[in-house]
Amino acid sequence: MTTETKTLIESYTEMADRLRGLAAEADQIASDVSATTLDSMHTEPFIITALTVFVLACFVGYHVVWRVTPALHSPLMGITNAISSVIIVGAILAAGPIDGGFSKFLGFLAITLASVNIFGGFIITKRMLNMFQKKT
Amino acid sequence: MSITASLAYLVASVLFILSLRGLSHPTTALKGLNYGIAGMALAILTTFFAPQIESYTLILLGIPVGGFIGWFIATRIAMTDLPQLMAAFHSLVGLAAVFVAAAAFYNPEAYGIGTFGNIKGASLFEMALGLAIGAITFTGSIIAWGKLHGKISGKPVIFNGQHKLNAILGGIMFLSIILLCWTGSSFYFWLICLIALALGVLMIIPIGGADMPVIISMLNSYSGWAAAGIGFTLHNNLLIVTGALVGSSGAILSYIMCKGMNRSFLNVILGGFGVDDTASGTQDMGDRSAKIGASDDAAYLMKNASKVIIVPGYGMAVAQAQHAVREMADILKKEGVDVKYAIHPVAGRMPGHMNVLLAEANVPYDEVFEMDDINRDFAQADIAYVIGANDITNPAAKNDSSSPIYGMPVLDVEKAKTVLFVKRSMGSGYAGIDNPLFYSSNTMMLLGDAKKMTEEIIKAME
Repeated sequence: MTTETKTLIESYTEMADRLRGLAAEADQIASDVSATTLDSMHTEPFIITALTVFVLACFVGYHVVWRVTPALHSPLMGITNAISSVIIVGAILAAGPIDGGFSKFLGFLAITLASVNIFGGFIITKRMLNMFQKKT
Repeated sequence: MSITASLAYLVASVLFILSLRGLSHPTTALKGLNYGIAGMALAILTTFFAPQIESYTLILLGIPVGGFIGWFIATRIAMTDLPQLMAAFHSLVGLAAVFVAAAAFYNPEAYGIGTFGNIKGASLFEMALGLAIGAITFTGSIIAWGKLHGKISGKPVIFNGQHKLNAILGGIMFLSIILLCWTGSSFYFWLICLIALALGVLMIIPIGGADMPVIISMLNSYSGWAAAGIGFTLHNNLLIVTGALVGSSGAILSYIMCKGMNRSFLNVILGGFGVDDTASGTQDMGDRSAKIGASDDAAYLMKNASKVIIVPGYGMAVAQAQHAVREMADILKKEGVDVKYAIHPVAGRMPGHMNVLLAEANVPYDEVFEMDDINRDFAQADIAYVIGANDITNPAAKNDSSSPIYGMPVLDVEKAKTVLFVKRSMGSGYAGIDNPLFYSSNTMMLLGDAKKMTEEIIKAME
């Protein structure tokens, strides 16, 4: 009798242990799954969001630019040239880290080039537009 | 990226859109420019506060150095040199895109897109696009600059198998992009860069000087697409929006320029236009003679006219004759003559080139008209004063189906009672096409430098 109860108790504790192990495993799997879905929520949709933004911005550009009067097509080119240098944002991030090495140097070069464009582009556009302001 | 930064970038994007919108009229244009400057300042300042930025030395060195160079050039350049300046500026955007792509490749941690040698395929693909478009823009713009500046011959450079070579290089580049995404090896990165640099040169050398309005707009467009490509790589919506705006703007300008020449974009890109001198020489001009006039005749005719339309072309820019033209117009206006200016979309070497030069000479913008708005007026005009323009007035485009420019929209100058043609010689235009207008009975040729001739006319009027 007692030996029977003993073995019963032993097998119960064994089962409990096994269950605990399973639970831990399930927990692990659950966290893994949630991690991967979270991860995919971060990476996969970016390209989709980015494409959405890109395509919509193309449409905005299309409609805005057709409204530009042909007389101001040269200043338009000046402004677009200046604002396309917004690429400087990427250059600043490259030049920012303390030990960026080669990338830091490339970032510096890109900052300089983009700055030439930003200042040059806006100033030349300003010069052009000022000429259009002078009315008799 | 923090939420504040994202919102600030959003505001900057809106400011850029408003900036382009301001250009819909000369009176709102300066306000538009200020929006653009504000947007750029906001974008740069926001980036300063990004957590990745730990050292400011190089940043605070690069901006003033570049800014000074930009200021120095932009305040000194003559307005007639505007097209080459734009080409030079586009090349800088292209090169900056190449540098940023390379920086992202060697230090992806700065942008949170992986670690060196361990970047996701999608990011590598976006990077490769930014890199390739940037590199093409860079060398392409340098060649365009050289052609516009006269450093390189404006003549198309053609050799056998040119298009095949471009296609093969394009194919290798495409393969390299796939291999780069596959392996992430720096070898393919630089191979793409090299091929794109070569393609930039090869794409622009076969294109003739007078097709530059299309090319310069196209490169403008490319610089935008390069910025957008970098925006995809860096997961930055501001760069994507701005790149898309600039890209579509340049594309629309190229389209307008192509339409102004009645040529397809592909036709311009394939190049070689304007080399074939013999093809159009079929017309017999043996017994035709042109009436050659002097400045006195022109002065007399114009003073007695009631309506004069001035048609400027690239020749006016080359001779820097815009101030003399305006002076002449002032004298005429004092005499009670109605003076207007007619601008063809592809007059000059960049979109809106003539408008800027006339504005520089203080010509009020409401006297300057686009082709479609003024073409009907030529029939009522006494004088059409064509200065430094040729092909854009050629009636062969309307009635000679064998002409290479057949179908191109042209200004109807021949409908004016008298056409005064200021030209250096009786030579043909860039397309190598004879202009039957020279030999028309109501045309008087004024042979000479555009500026000198106009000044002589002014003297004769006084």
